Amino acid sequence: MNVLALSDAKVGSAGVVERVDLPDEVSHYLAHLGFLPGTSVEILRRAPAGDPRVYRIDGVEVGLRNETAKHIFLRVISDTADIPPTATIEAA
Amino acid sequence: MSCHVTAVAEPIEEKIPTPPGATPRMRTVALIGPPNCGKSTLFNRLTGMRQKVANYPGVTVEHHSGRMKSIGRNDLTLIDLPGIYSLATYSEDARVAVEVLTGKMPGVPKPDCVLLVLDATHLNRQLMLAAPVFSIGLPTLVLLNMSDQLEARGGKIDTLALARELGHPVALISAAQGKGLDAIPDFLLRAGSKLDDGLRPVQLPVLQSAASCRSWATQVTARTKYQTPAASLWTRRLDSLLLHRVFGPLFFLVVVIAVFQVVFTLGQPLSDSLGNLLTNAGAKAAMFLPDNWLRALLRDGLWNGVQSVLVFLPQILLLFLFIGILEDSGYLARAALIADRVMRSIGLNGKAFIPLLSAYACAVPAIMATRTIENKRERIATILIAPFMTCSARLPIYTLIIAAFIPNQRFLGGLLGLRALLMLGLYVIGFLAALITAKLLNSSVMKASHAPFILELPQYRWPTVTSLGLRLYDRGKLFLKKAGTIILGVTFLVWVLSVLPIHGGQFSELTSSVIGHLGHWIEPVLRPLGFNWKIGIGLLSSIVAREVIVGTLGTLYGMDPATHQLGLQVALRHDITLGGAIALVVFFAFAMQCTSTLIIVRRETNSWKLPALQFCYMTTVAYVAALVVNQVISRLF
Repeated sequence: MNVLALSDAKVGSAGVVERVDLPDEVSHYLAHLGFLPGTSVEILRRAPAGDPRVYRIDGVEVGLRNETAKHIFLRVISDTADIPPTATIEAA
Repeated sequence: MSCHVTAVAEPIEEKIPTPPGATPRMRTVALIGPPNCGKSTLFNRLTGMRQKVANYPGVTVEHHSGRMKSIGRNDLTLIDLPGIYSLATYSEDARVAVEVLTGKMPGVPKPDCVLLVLDATHLNRQLMLAAPVFSIGLPTLVLLNMSDQLEARGGKIDTLALARELGHPVALISAAQGKGLDAIPDFLLRAGSKLDDGLRPVQLPVLQSAASCRSWATQVTARTKYQTPAASLWTRRLDSLLLHRVFGPLFFLVVVIAVFQVVFTLGQPLSDSLGNLLTNAGAKAAMFLPDNWLRALLRDGLWNGVQSVLVFLPQILLLFLFIGILEDSGYLARAALIADRVMRSIGLNGKAFIPLLSAYACAVPAIMATRTIENKRERIATILIAPFMTCSARLPIYTLIIAAFIPNQRFLGGLLGLRALLMLGLYVIGFLAALITAKLLNSSVMKASHAPFILELPQYRWPTVTSLGLRLYDRGKLFLKKAGTIILGVTFLVWVLSVLPIHGGQFSELTSSVIGHLGHWIEPVLRPLGFNWKIGIGLLSSIVAREVIVGTLGTLYGMDPATHQLGLQVALRHDITLGGAIALVVFFAFAMQCTSTLIIVRRETNSWKLPALQFCYMTTVAYVAALVVNQVISRLF
């Protein structure tokens, strides 16, 4: 499967969160924003300075710096962001 | 799976007559919900103008409380808990919430029941908070807020089915529009009289695991046929414009400049008219009093001092109006996103931008709003630099000096004025001092931290008149209270010190009074800055609060026989040089002349070390900068 760090995924592409490799405290917080394995995520846009970038996760827009996003991995599903933004795939 | 949910379906809508003479022993209701769920709006709806703690700008950082008078339950106190995603005690906010809910917070009674507010448009995610809240075991009403947006964007919720799944009553409301709120008094009545709501307890997921809470929430919403609303098209379109690579930062700058231009070009005439009104009223009232010490005290001691401060209310309210619009519309989060790159270069993140922007109104709420910064070092750095931002308490002395000393020249076809330019310059030097201080802190005392920057971008919304009005009312009340207590007290004290000691039944001349001696005593230290003894007294009195200096100077010049016929501006022009005047505003740009801020820093950091350091550091910077400015200007002109 095509697994990428979130920071490497192109703007406009979409996928499903594969895993989050961050300290407990951070991943707990991210989990409550929707960054959990199985949730669909879309790379929406960059901030004017290029970083942070805005991700749409589970219907919510969240800004993350690349230094954080590089520890979150996604399975890319689409390069054109045309999957339904709310589709949720149950964790295995 | 551990999170299997069982519920017995029973009607919850059956009408139960109010039991006669039911005297519920309920006292306290807790309001809880994730950030951005509209909880504060609901709190305002339920308590109206009767909140106990002032509602600071920025995020809710303390549990405010108020009587639920708006729904006819004056006997109940509503506690507003901080907005949190979970009860896992990683953050201070969550710890506070848990302590209040379990009755372990000293001084706060254990709540009798809970209102859980969730954003109906993001139910999958928001329901994750429901499980840990239910597990505390208090009667809980689930309020699905933003029903208007849910409907407008084609979402659907079966509240009855959801109530059965959750084992707790559920109501769909719109706090912004005041819809569906009847469910709250109904619930409170049932909870108070311990009536069975026909719902059975359900089995909850493993609370410590976010993944299990999440999968429980997803299953619940799936079984109740929840339909997620479509993404707001408007928000996306606006963002592609307002976060555009070129247009985004440009718009950001325009907003910041527009705010300052309006505050001064619209606020100034308003302040002037209010000033004239107050002077005339004072003069008229004085005619009814006999010419004795009481009249002198009332008119020269009290009225003048308070009036000099009151005239700044229009400008301060305008500033708060702008911050309110930015925050309520959702643009403030975009501003944080745009600002993150710059903030990062000084070792802070975009979130510090919101407290720092609030610090342009007042450092006190700004320092309290730093609680949203999870990283302790970044938080302390933000607390240390926030008072450098030009707060509204500096505006009185800025406007006074600028109006007195700077000609009203305009450039660029009248678009920019010399006065506005100097004002902008004062904002800029404060900001630069903050940047440099942050940089120093980052490279020496506090190493760069690796706390992640996570920023939720809410949907754009029209700010409501009610919410803005409430905010302005709060700010205005707070400012007037300050003017009415601290400032009045200080101006009165200054007046007393300026007429004592009494010789043979006569007040002292100003120069031979206690304060005259004090001012003369510190004059040698201030002379190189271009300040005289009157300014010295002003500086001493304004350690309480910056705006006090204007009242003090008004009193001092008003009582000096040489200047009491002149307006304050003219009197100042006669008494100090241009160099001294500019040095004075530069001194105020840097100095920590605010007891409230020092006390808040002490409270937030739980030690006197930081406020003491902050006071010494800022005063030193202010002294040196004012010295340089006066020496340079007096050599140039």
